[in-house]
Amino acid sequence: MKITVDEDKCCGAGSCVLSAPEVFDQRDEDGVVVLLDPEPAEELHDAVREAAQVCPAAAIVLSGTA
Amino acid sequence: MARNDADQVLDYPIPVSEALEPPAEWAELRQGCPIAKVKLPSGDQASLLTRYEDVKQVLADPRFRRRLDAPDAARIAANESGGVFNGSMGKAMREETHQQWRRMVGKWFTAKRMTALRPAIEAMVERLVDDMERVGGPVDLVASLGFPLPVWVICDMLGVPESDRDRFAHWSNTLLSLTRYTQAEIDEAQADFAAYMSAHIAATRARPGDDLISELIASAAEAGAVMPDEALLATSQGLLVAGHETTANMIGKMVSMLLADRDRWERLLADRSLVRTAVEEALRLDANPGFGIPRYITEDAEIAGTRVPGGTTVVCSLASANRDEAAFDDAAEMDLGRSPNTHLAFGAGAHSCLGQSLARTELQAVLDVLLRRLPALDLAVPVEELRRVDGLVIGGLREVPVRW
Repeated sequence: MKITVDEDKCCGAGSCVLSAPEVFDQRDEDGVVVLLDPEPAEELHDAVREAAQVCPAAAIVLSGTA
Repeated sequence: MARNDADQVLDYPIPVSEALEPPAEWAELRQGCPIAKVKLPSGDQASLLTRYEDVKQVLADPRFRRRLDAPDAARIAANESGGVFNGSMGKAMREETHQQWRRMVGKWFTAKRMTALRPAIEAMVERLVDDMERVGGPVDLVASLGFPLPVWVICDMLGVPESDRDRFAHWSNTLLSLTRYTQAEIDEAQADFAAYMSAHIAATRARPGDDLISELIASAAEAGAVMPDEALLATSQGLLVAGHETTANMIGKMVSMLLADRDRWERLLADRSLVRTAVEEALRLDANPGFGIPRYITEDAEIAGTRVPGGTTVVCSLASANRDEAAFDDAAEMDLGRSPNTHLAFGAGAHSCLGQSLARTELQAVLDVLLRRLPALDLAVPVEELRRVDGLVIGGLREVPVRW
């Protein structure tokens, strides 16, 4: 699994941080998403998929099959 | 019931008698008439969207504008200003200005910051539960917990002292009225609020503190600019209008939904790790969130394979979308562990609710504290006796009598 985030789309809702805090954070200056780990370990994949699905701005894109 | 007749116009909001149940029309419209002609309280017509995909599409499409001030845009309410949507609060900024503002305010609403705020919010809930216990049951959960908590949180954020919390609550109720208050009452609340905040902003400029207003003033100063009073006032009013009554009502509705079927409450008592997903599920199943989100389009567009002409005002029913069987398995069922829960209760796209992590934190704090402090909590009246609030943009329950 490979993650990309679109900072321009990000609306700073923070729902990704609530779903997968190991993988996503928010910048202190403006709340925009920070990708901590673009290729997270497998045990985090479910949480990452949830983060991508609940993102209100659809700013998280997943690629790869794993 | 067939709604394909182009001349058939539904009154909107659709009247509902049951407190926690959706109007039967939603499922019918999703099935047979996804773009339905409706008549708003002003008498103007709009198109109601009830399907998940359509609502999500419109909310993410910037061509559907938030500004309803075009001559042919529908007015929401009968009174002159049209209430919160057509008045100054509804004035949309340009997109790039909106993004700048959003990011400046957004740093106050990061998930991390909310996690840090959580103990303070839980302490507020504890204090309100102390008062409930002092009074003894039955008490009205809406008045004793739902309404005070979010206004306490917002006042703290704005640096407003405890002694002024009640006045804030009053202004907030009045400014959100769709039909309950007269124009004169709304104007008076607006003027009183503006006067109070101007004085508060001046005092904050003189003695900055650890609050959002001080922070906005300081970050403008760092950029060599002066944050205008007007922007601070609009931001404060926005937080109050967006963050008070919405959350206050949701507290009452969430607890009612969980107590309406005792098994739900018992399940949470047995497994507190479900609090997070239970909050999301309550948000999804809220049958009475309020008006919905209006949008106006200047050019032709396509929704659900149908051409929508320029000049149309659409109303997105988030609550109907959240019950769309095409988007959720067993959509009508309350599944406290549902995950992922891609509900639209906070909207979607660039304008989705700025304060959603705050709302989640408040709702989770309420649930955690209630489960811990009042495990025997129960409705003090049959669920059939709960009554909806009418006349406001935000839907809720008049009273939620509880005992424990």
